[in-house]
Amino acid sequence: MESTANSDLITRPDSMLGRVISSAKIRDAVKGIKRIKRSHRQIRTENVFKRSLTIIALLTVVLVFGIMLTLIWQSMMSIKTSGLGFLWGKTWDPVRDIFGTYPFMLGTLLTSFLALFISIPFSFAVGIFLGEYYPKGWVSNLLKNTVELIAAVPSVIYGFWGLAVLVPIVRSFESLIGVAPVGLGIFTSSLILSVMIIPYAASLGRSMIQMVPSNLKEAAYSLGATRWEVIRSVILPYTKSGLFAGILLSLGRALGETMAVTMVIGNTSLIPHSIFAPGNTMASVIANEFTEADHPVYLSALIELGLVLFLVTVVINMIGKRLIKRFTTD
Amino acid sequence: MNNVHIKYRISKSTGFQVLTVVLAFACVVPLIFILVYILKAGLTKINWHFLTNLPKPVGEAGGGIANALLGSIIIITVASVIAIPFGILCGIYLSENKKSRLAYWSGLCIDVLQGVPSIVIGIVAYFWLVKPLGGFSAISGSVALAIMMLPTIVRSTEETLKLLPDTIREAAFALGMPFHRVILKVIVPCGISGILSGVMLSVARIAGETAPLLFTAFGNPYLSTNILKPMQSLPLLIFNYATSPYNDWHDLAWGASCILLIWVLLLNIITKLMTRKWKVQL
Repeated sequence: MESTANSDLITRPDSMLGRVISSAKIRDAVKGIKRIKRSHRQIRTENVFKRSLTIIALLTVVLVFGIMLTLIWQSMMSIKTSGLGFLWGKTWDPVRDIFGTYPFMLGTLLTSFLALFISIPFSFAVGIFLGEYYPKGWVSNLLKNTVELIAAVPSVIYGFWGLAVLVPIVRSFESLIGVAPVGLGIFTSSLILSVMIIPYAASLGRSMIQMVPSNLKEAAYSLGATRWEVIRSVILPYTKSGLFAGILLSLGRALGETMAVTMVIGNTSLIPHSIFAPGNTMASVIANEFTEADHPVYLSALIELGLVLFLVTVVINMIGKRLIKRFTTD
Repeated sequence: MNNVHIKYRISKSTGFQVLTVVLAFACVVPLIFILVYILKAGLTKINWHFLTNLPKPVGEAGGGIANALLGSIIIITVASVIAIPFGILCGIYLSENKKSRLAYWSGLCIDVLQGVPSIVIGIVAYFWLVKPLGGFSAISGSVALAIMMLPTIVRSTEETLKLLPDTIREAAFALGMPFHRVILKVIVPCGISGILSGVMLSVARIAGETAPLLFTAFGNPYLSTNILKPMQSLPLLIFNYATSPYNDWHDLAWGASCILLIWVLLLNIITKLMTRKWKVQL
């Protein structure tokens, strides 16, 4: 297409002027026109490129709002039929269309907070070890990378390992202390979760502790403080909000974790009466029952659970991210 | 008296240090247990027959995981094809327009996306693709995984490009290069190490995802390469066979776990080495 346009341009000035132009001049003119055309094309491509970047950035916003609207839209039916009772109704009986999610809420909170409780000493120890005691050297490098690998292991493998190894151990432990030896249950899933969420608080804690200005620490040392006193009265107060953000991010992970929990929690819709009882979390109910939901209200109730999970984890994560941002910009 | 007090303080400090070291290294113990156990249970199951055959029905010994292996590769490839260009372009936008209002909202949405539980993304993919298409399909699983890949790719691209000195960009503009060529021929090649690390990390992260595939790719006992039909994948196979009561199936699941674990850990370790070689901050 371009070549025909060019040949037009070459013949036209010839006929109009009625005299012979040297071929060198024609070549120059063609080159100039070509250059102008090329730069026009480039400006056009440039604009298209800029516009498509904007469109893609817009699409991410659309994507997230789409996720939220889809969840809200699809759970409308359940919101209408169950109302607020959805959140604290004590029975979940899909056959009779009674959808109360109190057992799952309780299961989710119990597993997550128990896991958090178990994992915090370990993840803070890793953070302090890598951030304060031994920030350099191959031992700490190895530890750092190994701890990060904990987060890389797929959750279904944690679940399978828990099912094969942890459940029998917990079962014998339960018969030792005199509770019904089920093995599956909230306690087992908390144990697995606590291992899975260590890296999140640990790596954040490490980077926060490394950011403590050394003149603060040195001032404390010069006053005669021991290492532990420096950690307790300088480092921990200084990094308070960052460490809290790490806890929040871990909690967000624990709340949304599905597969490992589904495999070892026992999956009953009864209210758990102790931490050794089997139960269900919001995520595990969805994973188990979504493909079995045979009528619209049932499906809609499961989606409402997903909506609640979405909102809770989003709020927790946003608070955590805000805290980190505020800490790092100060 | 004073001396005793100082000794008490010093011993308290040492005690805390010892406690920290012990607790820090105790974290590694469960990981090592899991790795050793799975390698021990799985490595003996893996052989050529295991990799190239379909699972046998209950009661028959042997069988392999060819369908899951192929399915995983197809699903992850399609997800990457969707997510990588999208994520890199979005990262470029965020790093080029730091102050615009759209960049603020887009960054916020990426943060939100990072925190969304994987099962919720599965639900959404079910309504966006499975229902309109009229059945479970591998493509819907790929879309769900692509959504999960996005935050990592976007953030790593953005962070890497932000670290590049402005002088590179200005030099390119001064030569009269148009915007898109400055980005594609100068900026992106300069930051390719960070972008690639982000991509690898995101692939490692979704390779073991099960929850979003439960209601999308669904699983399939046969070999299938049609992305509009249900497809098996490694994590799904592990979940289904691990929770079944049959020992033969457990054996298959151990072998599959072993392969998945090696795959994911290799990806992570390669990424680590890459980031160290190129001195990338992620």
